[in-house]
Amino acid sequence: MIEIIETGPFNTVQDLGRPGYRDIGVSASGAMDPLAVRIGNILVGNDDGAAAIEVQTFPFKLRFEARAVFAVTGADGHPMLDARELLPWCTHFAEAGQILELRQPLTRARAYVVLGGGLDVPVLMGSRSTALRGGFGGNGGRPLINGDRIEIGTHSDGLPLPASGIAVVEPAVALDDVFPAPIDGVLPIRAIAGGEHELFASDGEAFWNQTWRISSRSDRTGYRLSGEPIKPTATIEMRSHGVVPGVIQVPPGGEPIIQMSDANTAGGYPKIAGIIECDLWRLGQARIGSRLRFIRSTHAEARAVEQAAARYIEDVRQTSQMIKRALKAMA
Amino acid sequence: MIVTSNILAPLREIVPATKGRARVSFIGARAFLLEAPGDFDLPAQRRIWALSQTVRHWVDIAEVIPGMTNFLAILKETPEDPEIVVRRLVEAWNNAESIDLAGKTIEIPVHYGGEYAIDLPAICEFSGLSDREVVRIHHEATYRVFALGSAPGFGYLHGLDPRIYMPRKTVPSLRMEKGCVTIGGMQTGVAMLTGPNGWNSLGYAELQMFDPTSPTPALMAPGDTVRFVPARIEL
Repeated sequence: MIEIIETGPFNTVQDLGRPGYRDIGVSASGAMDPLAVRIGNILVGNDDGAAAIEVQTFPFKLRFEARAVFAVTGADGHPMLDARELLPWCTHFAEAGQILELRQPLTRARAYVVLGGGLDVPVLMGSRSTALRGGFGGNGGRPLINGDRIEIGTHSDGLPLPASGIAVVEPAVALDDVFPAPIDGVLPIRAIAGGEHELFASDGEAFWNQTWRISSRSDRTGYRLSGEPIKPTATIEMRSHGVVPGVIQVPPGGEPIIQMSDANTAGGYPKIAGIIECDLWRLGQARIGSRLRFIRSTHAEARAVEQAAARYIEDVRQTSQMIKRALKAMA
Repeated sequence: MIVTSNILAPLREIVPATKGRARVSFIGARAFLLEAPGDFDLPAQRRIWALSQTVRHWVDIAEVIPGMTNFLAILKETPEDPEIVVRRLVEAWNNAESIDLAGKTIEIPVHYGGEYAIDLPAICEFSGLSDREVVRIHHEATYRVFALGSAPGFGYLHGLDPRIYMPRKTVPSLRMEKGCVTIGGMQTGVAMLTGPNGWNSLGYAELQMFDPTSPTPALMAPGDTVRFVPARIEL
């Protein structure tokens, strides 16, 4: 059991989401940085899709009511266990009564508290993610509040962890050849032209050539961008169609909206482009007020990036299992 | 007043959809949107249903989302050559025979007028009809669930009488109650969540239509027939 001691609004229980129900109007939800959740779960010995706490408003504090294994992934900066600074992206043990504190990250937006055994909230439609809009899933279908107590599950690989912990080189560093770093503070985000791109004529080029800022009216549902508005040459009445996170729609005002993890399942605004899925975690870690630029991508490039990320995940899995097995053999 | 099916039969006559060219576009690398050519009508939607039944069984498909005369296919993996997927989808569309989903019939009791019918005066003004006529025309029709989306369990209903088509609001209501019976353009539906909503409300339904803990969370499914039954008319 853990108890939430201090939380801001909008911190929620999330896993890898509940895709597969968009045809009945249910958003997939899930972590904004699924790579961080996956890596954290592998480190502590959980299934990749175990539920974690997504922290996007800081400071955040929780108390362990029993001994537990945990890792904090996603954000930069050091979490604190009582008064001790810890490595992020590393497993740690907490004793009953100890308090974990997450302070505002230096540059990123979201941290994940991953616990050995995962958060034991009910599975609804195949997932433990909080569906904020529908008001179900996660911890009672709502964000965490002070005093919430959540059970920790028991399902993990059962292998011992070294007292000093197992750490990984985080994805942004290990995969810096496939995830280009920001240039002068501008994050490059790769996208493929969408169905109505042609409708924007020369404003289509303005979309790719300018630097956009993530506006304050951005959340898990979508990011609104600020910049020089882009307008289609004709107004078309679109019929509602399915959408997925990463779709970049242009409402009449001309400032694009990127649908994120809590994306609506249907949309009707013209689509200028769609972000490749493997770049979405980087956007999930981009803060309000930060800048980005869209880079034209291709299916081939998206595939190459996905494969590199998959190799990294498998490498972390194999290596951590190897260490744990060796430890077990020595015991 | 309950409408008998023979009155509606002429409206439900099926004419073969013209086999125009469908359009396929990308949403990111793994999702492909096919849009049917032609009108927003039942024949086109019946082919979308057929396409959906075929494509959902492809081994490389993760998820399909039928929309309003369109269809989103989400692949398990990013394909090496997207043009092959485009060709397969267009071919499946061209081969899709119009099917009629059996569907069930759902009767939704509605309290027409009253405090939730905030847009009924605007609908009357736009249509030039009295409130009584608007309500009668709305509940006398038989509707088909074309697709679900937008909110958990929300069904887009087709079959609205053109006399009461009503454009979506340019400024949405900030807080429309869950249960409001609404008109959005040429569609009608029941609001599933309380919140911002651009459709026009003319009544209220108490029927629960979504339960996340049920093995079948949504009451409505594509192809279902829906009738609005006046439980009360308060004008």
